[in-house]
Amino acid sequence: MDFKKYDEIASRIRMDIIEEVHSAGSGHPGGSLSAADIVTALYFKEMNIDPANPKMEGRDKFILSKGHAAPVQYAALAEKGYFPKEELKTLRKLGSHLQGHPNMHKVPGIEMSTGSLGQGFAVCVGMALANKVDKNPGRIYTLLGDGELQEGLIWEAAMASAHYKLDNLCVIVDWNGLQIDGKNDDVMAVNPIDEKFKSFGFNVLVINGHDFGEIFDAFDKARACKGKPTVIVAKTHKGRGVSFMEDNAGWHGKAPDDEQMKQAIDELGGTL
Amino acid sequence: MAEKMATRQAYGKALVEIGKTNQNLIVMDADLSKSTMTAEFAKEYPDRFFNMGIAEQNLYAAACGIALSGKVVCASTFAMFAAGRAFEIIRNSIGYTQANVKVCATHAGITVGEDGASHQTFEDLALMRTIPGMTVVNPCDGVSAMELMRQVIDYDGPCYVRLGRASVPIFYEEGADICLGKGNWLRKGKDVTIVATGIMVSEAMKACEELDKDGISVGVIDMHTIKPIDEEILLEAAGIGPVVTAEEHSVIGGLGSAVAEVLSCRKPVKMAMVGQKDTFGESGKPEELKEKYGMTASDIVIAVKQII
Repeated sequence: MDFKKYDEIASRIRMDIIEEVHSAGSGHPGGSLSAADIVTALYFKEMNIDPANPKMEGRDKFILSKGHAAPVQYAALAEKGYFPKEELKTLRKLGSHLQGHPNMHKVPGIEMSTGSLGQGFAVCVGMALANKVDKNPGRIYTLLGDGELQEGLIWEAAMASAHYKLDNLCVIVDWNGLQIDGKNDDVMAVNPIDEKFKSFGFNVLVINGHDFGEIFDAFDKARACKGKPTVIVAKTHKGRGVSFMEDNAGWHGKAPDDEQMKQAIDELGGTL
Repeated sequence: MAEKMATRQAYGKALVEIGKTNQNLIVMDADLSKSTMTAEFAKEYPDRFFNMGIAEQNLYAAACGIALSGKVVCASTFAMFAAGRAFEIIRNSIGYTQANVKVCATHAGITVGEDGASHQTFEDLALMRTIPGMTVVNPCDGVSAMELMRQVIDYDGPCYVRLGRASVPIFYEEGADICLGKGNWLRKGKDVTIVATGIMVSEAMKACEELDKDGISVGVIDMHTIKPIDEEILLEAAGIGPVVTAEEHSVIGGLGSAVAEVLSCRKPVKMAMVGQKDTFGESGKPEELKEKYGMTASDIVIAVKQII
């Protein structure tokens, strides 16, 4: 399978992330860039969604539990046609639809207002339960940060996901190894992530989160798995695609200046 | 006033009754279903009941997810763990999205009794009142609890319903005019008005019997809805004379504060507040604790006499 199309979309999304955060003067580029390939795979192949009918009955839903990566979700929604790309430059500005963390009442395609870590996943447990009650075929996807796994609520939600056999729920962990204060392992060790979820009763898939072949394959396996929830532990690089941001915790929540933006866009194959 | 019932029992009955016709109602609990009385609903409608285990944060976040999928959800645990432990989840996931979740919290206040201070919440009304768009309800008896539950479930938006453990006398007759957001005059007076909520309505009515003997004419308002608070009935009360508030909650941030916020701006009158002073509770029998911590009819009598 040729993944060129998806590589190109992901590059455009990465450039949009840089421009959004530059324009806002603040925001979270590192964890947005690390998740760009996963989010591209979800919006442009995996999910059954319709930008012309954001509330379509039976649709799949994606909830960004790591809500601070809002720039990647906004970029993907704009790329998909949920709203005009020009709006991306209003990120974090007074009166903008594009809040610092996603707001479901302001942006079409946002299914849940997130930002406070751990809650997006737990809300997904409820959405997956509701779909079971209604025999609704829609699947629920959520993206967690690896640092987010330090929240106790994550493990409450994980326990409930397995208890209620939520095979319509697919959790993806953006395993970039870094958080605000440094390496996960130094701040509060979260590894082994796969073993933790396995012991909670999940179907666990460990993949390269920048390889579309592996990402699509994992989604196929998740859909085929019955009787338990799936977690895709996706190894990624924070700041992926921009050399000076890659694997650098300092770019978790900082905006590039003019010169840095120019270099970033250049590296991503674009022009300003 | 022979008949007595705990408001949590009325809640359990209301859920079963409403669940019969409202297929959209989902009920959730956190391992306390026999105490919160959601167990009856669970028995009748097992497919629409979810026990989330001892995990209150997940209880309320998952309740939000179910509500955002088009359901109305009543999610119950003790008030301490709902309003207290899960506050930020209720604020961010339920409040910020205005999800159709009813946080139905039982075992509120000092009358939890023997379990002691760790379980006696006096902060829940204050906490819930600060969340934008949150309706806050505290019924005084079984009949009003059932009627208010019907209205709370019909209303589309987040609500906090405070329910008690102990049995309380029934004041309202079936079919009485009880309306979410509207206070009720249980009796009118010429000198002073007691604005009470929850179990303190019963204490206020008892206080009136004492005050009647002393020739003091006292009115009583059942303020079952703390937010949005009925400003008109408060202005009417302030037109009569001083106002005494009575609640099984801290005097910081609860009913007393809500009433003062209205009256201090719109029609200042002398006020006194009966409730838990700025202190924790302890183990004991509910009646003993009410006495020790100043939440009885006698405390209301003293407050009324001091203020007139």
